[in-house]
Amino acid sequence: MTHPGRTSAEVAAPNGGTPGHVLLIEDEPNIATAIAFLLGRAGWHVSTHSDGTSAVAAVERHRPDVVVLDVMLPGRSGFDILAAVREGPLARLPVLMLTAKGQAKDRERAEALGVTAFMTKPFSNAELVERVARLAARGRVA
Amino acid sequence: MTAERLALACLAYVAFLFTIAFVAERRPGNRLLRGPLVYTLSLSVYCTAWTFYGAVGYAARSGLEFMTIYLGPTLVFVGWWWILRRLVAIGRAERITSIADLLSARFGKSPALAALVTLLCVVGATPYIALQLQSVTLSVRAFAQGPVAADPVWLGLSVAGGLALFTILFGTRRLDAGERHDGIVSAIAVEAVVKLIALLSVGAFVVWHLNDGIRATWDVVAASPLSDWQAASGRWAGLIFVSAAAVICLPRMFHITVVENSDPAHLFTASWAFPAYLMAMCLFVVPIAATGLARLPDGNPDLFVLTLPLAAGQGDLAMLAFLGGFSSATSMVIVTAVALATMLSNHVVMPLWLARRGMAGATMSGDMRAVALRARRAAIVLVVAMGWAYYRVTGGTAALAAIGLVSFVGLAQILPALLAGLFWRDATRAGAAVGIGAGFLVWLWTMLLPVFDGPVLSGLMADGPFGLAWLRPQAMFGLQGDPLVTALVLSLGANVVLLAVVSLLTEPTDLERLQAARFDHATGDAARPAARGGLAGAEDLMLMAQRILGYREARALFAGQARAQGRDGDTPLPTADLMDAVERRLAGSVGAATAHAMVADISGRRPVSVEDLMNAADETAEALEQSARLQAQSRELERTAAELRQANAKLTRISAQKDAFLSQVSHELRTPMTSIRAFAEILAVEDLPPPERARYAAIVGEESRRLTRLLDDLLDLGVLESGQVVLSLQDVTLADVLDRAVLAAAPDGPGALAIDRDPAGEAVRVTTDPDRLLQVFINLIANAAKYCDAEAPRLTIRAEPGGAVVAVDFVDNGSGIAPEDRALAFEKFARLTDDAHAGGAGLGLAICREVMDRLGGSIAYLPGRDGGAFRVRIPRAAGRAIAAQ
Repeated sequence: MTHPGRTSAEVAAPNGGTPGHVLLIEDEPNIATAIAFLLGRAGWHVSTHSDGTSAVAAVERHRPDVVVLDVMLPGRSGFDILAAVREGPLARLPVLMLTAKGQAKDRERAEALGVTAFMTKPFSNAELVERVARLAARGRVA
Repeated sequence: MTAERLALACLAYVAFLFTIAFVAERRPGNRLLRGPLVYTLSLSVYCTAWTFYGAVGYAARSGLEFMTIYLGPTLVFVGWWWILRRLVAIGRAERITSIADLLSARFGKSPALAALVTLLCVVGATPYIALQLQSVTLSVRAFAQGPVAADPVWLGLSVAGGLALFTILFGTRRLDAGERHDGIVSAIAVEAVVKLIALLSVGAFVVWHLNDGIRATWDVVAASPLSDWQAASGRWAGLIFVSAAAVICLPRMFHITVVENSDPAHLFTASWAFPAYLMAMCLFVVPIAATGLARLPDGNPDLFVLTLPLAAGQGDLAMLAFLGGFSSATSMVIVTAVALATMLSNHVVMPLWLARRGMAGATMSGDMRAVALRARRAAIVLVVAMGWAYYRVTGGTAALAAIGLVSFVGLAQILPALLAGLFWRDATRAGAAVGIGAGFLVWLWTMLLPVFDGPVLSGLMADGPFGLAWLRPQAMFGLQGDPLVTALVLSLGANVVLLAVVSLLTEPTDLERLQAARFDHATGDAARPAARGGLAGAEDLMLMAQRILGYREARALFAGQARAQGRDGDTPLPTADLMDAVERRLAGSVGAATAHAMVADISGRRPVSVEDLMNAADETAEALEQSARLQAQSRELERTAAELRQANAKLTRISAQKDAFLSQVSHELRTPMTSIRAFAEILAVEDLPPPERARYAAIVGEESRRLTRLLDDLLDLGVLESGQVVLSLQDVTLADVLDRAVLAAAPDGPGALAIDRDPAGEAVRVTTDPDRLLQVFINLIANAAKYCDAEAPRLTIRAEPGGAVVAVDFVDNGSGIAPEDRALAFEKFARLTDDAHAGGAGLGLAICREVMDRLGGSIAYLPGRDGGAFRVRIPRAAGRAIAAQ
């Protein structure tokens, strides 16, 4: 098993050390803290947003390289936000969806809405960092 | 010729009639006997001695007026034979035995009405019988010499006795009046032929022998006073009407037309053949009368038929004429006596005897049969004796036609009630009885009473009763026109008016309504199949069976029956076996009584009685009851099905809730585990400064506790829901429990929830489980702390100690729960059913609800407050209530 810390360092390097921008939309403060810490350590600039209602506006304001999106949010669900983003000006934005609802139908629903990646809570720290990096790389290629 | 020889001739003739009758009765169902010819000939019983002798006398006195007596019946048979057909159909359907029986049946089987009509018939027919006795007596005296012939009393008595004996011998051999008297009918038919031949022979003798042909006869007629006769139109119309009524209402005519009818189709033949017979009977009346007046100016015109041949020395022809007259008289007396005897025994003697024996309604026993037979024999003697008495009292001097008309008008009183019974459903028993009674009384007063005019009555006739001139019998209300027409108009007028008025004023009984409907529906058609022969009956049965069973099944049934009879094709002979088979099969569909009634009705085999109808009605009622039972069962099943549907829907809902619950539990467990795992990995790999390390370790600890709390809640809820909770009741003050709750749940610090309490209200004691109540309060305060979204969150707690229940309200100044979510607020993880949620465990309110349930109280959301508001109701004596459980 790869060491998480080293992996993140390794993943960040090929991106030319350029700190990308991640928008984290998550209402659980402890989880948000953990993800912000992990991505920050991997060289990302992390903005956090905890409210569902204003999430789409935040995405369009921050214009991040990657969005990490929770499903259960106050005001508006992650699915709704994803759908709105896909219909807005940033339709091709890579979105990683995180959910504690681990059922197959949730994954299917997210994929139908055009999610870029999908992860179930609890997640592996290393995998999270690696997935975000890969999404950012794909976004740049495109 | 001596009286002895004449008597011998009569005896020989009677013996001949006996032979005819005897032979006829030994051959029941003989085609000729039961054919239309015999039926038509027997109808000629209308032509009595009045016709045979009296018509000539009538013509000699009143010219062509005698024709009215034939025109009335002709009009009825040619123009209104459908009335007769209705009567015949009803007579067959109801097993009618007499005209009194018919009226009684129509008007609710009224015995009183039957007795009244019987009385009217007996009184009305008496002059008519007297007429026959008088004619026979006259003819004997004209014919024979000798001491016997010279004594009119002895002669009349012996004639009457002979007729009574003859009638008894023929008419009371069988009891059932409904059964036809084949013997009598055959004898009457033979007599009809004899009287026609006799009259035609005398006529031919007069025209071609005495007058040398038609032309010479014409001259005789033209020279006679007959040619000067002027018709009075009122009398003409009245006589036609009264003779038309008589042919329907005379007891003997009704007996022959309806009771002795073996087949309604015979009426079709009679409708032309009977008028033809009547015309033949009056063909030579005018020539005989004119010739008699010319040649025998001093003779009794009533006897010209007899005296003209005698005067010409034609003894044999005179003998034939005598036998013709004898036939006319005897046939009338016999049939009338039989008909009246039937009425008297059925409607007068039997009811009285039954009432005396106290066994009304009993079935015919041998005892009763003997009584009925004796009653009939006595009635025959009585009827003939009354005729003889009338003859003796009136002196036997009146013209035959005048006597006959008295009878006609009397019996015509039956007609209004009869026609109303056939055609007017609202006619009632009371109306019929009052109408007949009134007509009868007026007739007695205006027609019968004047017959007995003499010293006793002369004052009454001249001045009226008690000097009331307007009540004089022959000038009532000052009417002094033709006495016959006046009496006819008065009696029938009173009859019709009272019938109508009383009928309109009274309500028919149920039985009357039923009978009225049956009379209304009776047509000749019901009885026709039998008339058209056997196969037609089978076809009608087939048609009916088809309607009940359906084409295939009916076809199969009939084909099977045809095979069983050894016939080709599908049409079996309409045997009794076939009818039984059809009836049995139909009974399975419509019930036995109805099937019986239907088959009987269509086959004409046996008439439908009221009992049959009642049985059919009972079956219908049973079917209705059965149907009601089935409907009730069906409703029961529907209810059960609805309950099952409900239960199924509930199970489906519960199953969906369970799935949602598991999904929610999964989510709720994964959320703290996500933090724990993430920070555990961070702490394991990262070299962190001590303050950060401590902070992350604290998060792991906090989330672990959250996880533990969640598991505790789940287990707690499980225990509460399963009802296995153990309460430890204590007497506590509400304020103490609230103090502990605020201490445990309310966070400190800037911007933390402010709590506003009311010590006075809280100072109430309750008996409850304080730890459980504390759990509820902590939940509510923590909820407010967590969800109240106001700038300066504030929770107001107010206690209102009512009588048996303390209400504690928790109201915050936040935005509260959205109306659409309130219904779900107390469900497990309720807020998680929506994708959007406010965070935190969703079991708190569900647990609160379960706890309050166990404590005998309740918790509910309070709408209409500014913020989130809950009311907890705590029973002050909850402990006792729970302990009692």
